[in-house]
Amino acid sequence: MGLAKRIIPCLDCENGRVVKGVQFLDIRDAGDPVEVAKRYCDAGADEITFLDITASHEGRETTVHTVEAIASQVFIPLTVGGGIRTLEDIRTMLNAGADKVGINTAAVTNPDFVRAAAERFGSQCIVVAIDAKRVSSENEEPRWEIFTHGGRKPTGLDAIEWARKMVAYGAGEILLTSMDKDGTKSGFDLELNRAVSRAVPVPIIASGGVGNLQHLADGVLEGEADAVLAASIFHFQEYTIGEAKDYMAQRGIEVRLV
Amino acid sequence: MNRIAVIDYGMGNLHSVAKALEHVGSQLGQQTEVLVTPDPQLIQSADRVIFPGVGAIRDCMAEIIRLGVGDIVREAIATKPVFAICVGMQALMSRSQENGGVDCLGLIDGEVRFFGDELKDAAGQKLKVPHMGWNEVEQLGEHPMWEGIADRSRFYFVHSYYLAHDAQSAARGVIGASHYGAEVAAAIARPNLFATQFHPEKSQEAGLTLLRNFLQWDGQA
Repeated sequence: MGLAKRIIPCLDCENGRVVKGVQFLDIRDAGDPVEVAKRYCDAGADEITFLDITASHEGRETTVHTVEAIASQVFIPLTVGGGIRTLEDIRTMLNAGADKVGINTAAVTNPDFVRAAAERFGSQCIVVAIDAKRVSSENEEPRWEIFTHGGRKPTGLDAIEWARKMVAYGAGEILLTSMDKDGTKSGFDLELNRAVSRAVPVPIIASGGVGNLQHLADGVLEGEADAVLAASIFHFQEYTIGEAKDYMAQRGIEVRLV
Repeated sequence: MNRIAVIDYGMGNLHSVAKALEHVGSQLGQQTEVLVTPDPQLIQSADRVIFPGVGAIRDCMAEIIRLGVGDIVREAIATKPVFAICVGMQALMSRSQENGGVDCLGLIDGEVRFFGDELKDAAGQKLKVPHMGWNEVEQLGEHPMWEGIADRSRFYFVHSYYLAHDAQSAARGVIGASHYGAEVAAAIARPNLFATQFHPEKSQEAGLTLLRNFLQWDGQA
């Protein structure tokens, strides 16, 4: 037995509240990220990802307090992403209790920021988030391109090459989201995930498209992901983290059972 | 009052470990004061000391040397229980291969090595580096710090360099081992010193139990 594959619930938050809907039968306030994070932690989540979609400056202050509150009650790794653009942003989040930060758009607009961040804070806390979209036609060799702004803006960057570059610049982990699959509940883009996983030495977190437990297991077994990230299937109690782990274990995947 | 000093030499996030200590202190119903500080006098007056470490060893050792942290740690181990975490554990060794080779404190004989670019599991599958996530820790002996923690419990690791679990393990006091394409020394226990490659403050129940045990540990085996 060795390293377990990780299950990571993702909380999308705006102004300190979980958005995109969280429903729990026995939770007092389903919009409170601290309660939600605690609940996932108790249920056996291996990490928590907190994605801040707050736009305003004042809202960012709230985010820092939320991260502080989560970090003082949740004793598993916490990644904070969304709007991380400067070394000061990273320092603020790490000081608030984040263990890792996710860098997305800022990596595309300024790749050297990733290098500077890894040099200053260590690769172990730098997660580069890659949003990729398939751009090849069906009978072509598959090819994916990096998109920013929620999948609206193409960058012309090849996803595989980009992942290699980000690792060379010091990314310690890649959070890979398929923009084609995100929100579809039809499963990960396994081909994309496998291609990136084979291209780089660091762990890959598969994201985008999870609709059932089979998708999670496929992400590991066929997509060769080291961790799988999901939001809605857990938020709406379609499945618990425990069920997800039991299912993955049945498929022969090593998981941390609690 | 149990006063815990977390040595702050400017490397990384000490919030997590401080919060986790406060949390387990309150679970014990203990008056626990956690001080995150570089001040040698405060560290000297504490009942217990945490020697953390995160990031690259060259930067860590540079700050350790600049702030005289080596002497603070040596002095602490001579008088009270010390818990070294992650790069804190690596810094106790003689040397690390990281950053082209860096001399460390040499409190424990041994070299910290790179996992390698061609790390494979028993089935020949390529393994990712860093070793990141939850791995099992085999307890190699009984120890008060393992109290209430099942053998082969999983703890959270994140590192690319490691101390090998090998023929010198007994002499080094290695008391926990993990497997990741190589035999990894996951925990060391010596008089007044417990050191882990993994992060107890990020390892949920198993990790919190270890920290709770540390708050009650008298430093003996």
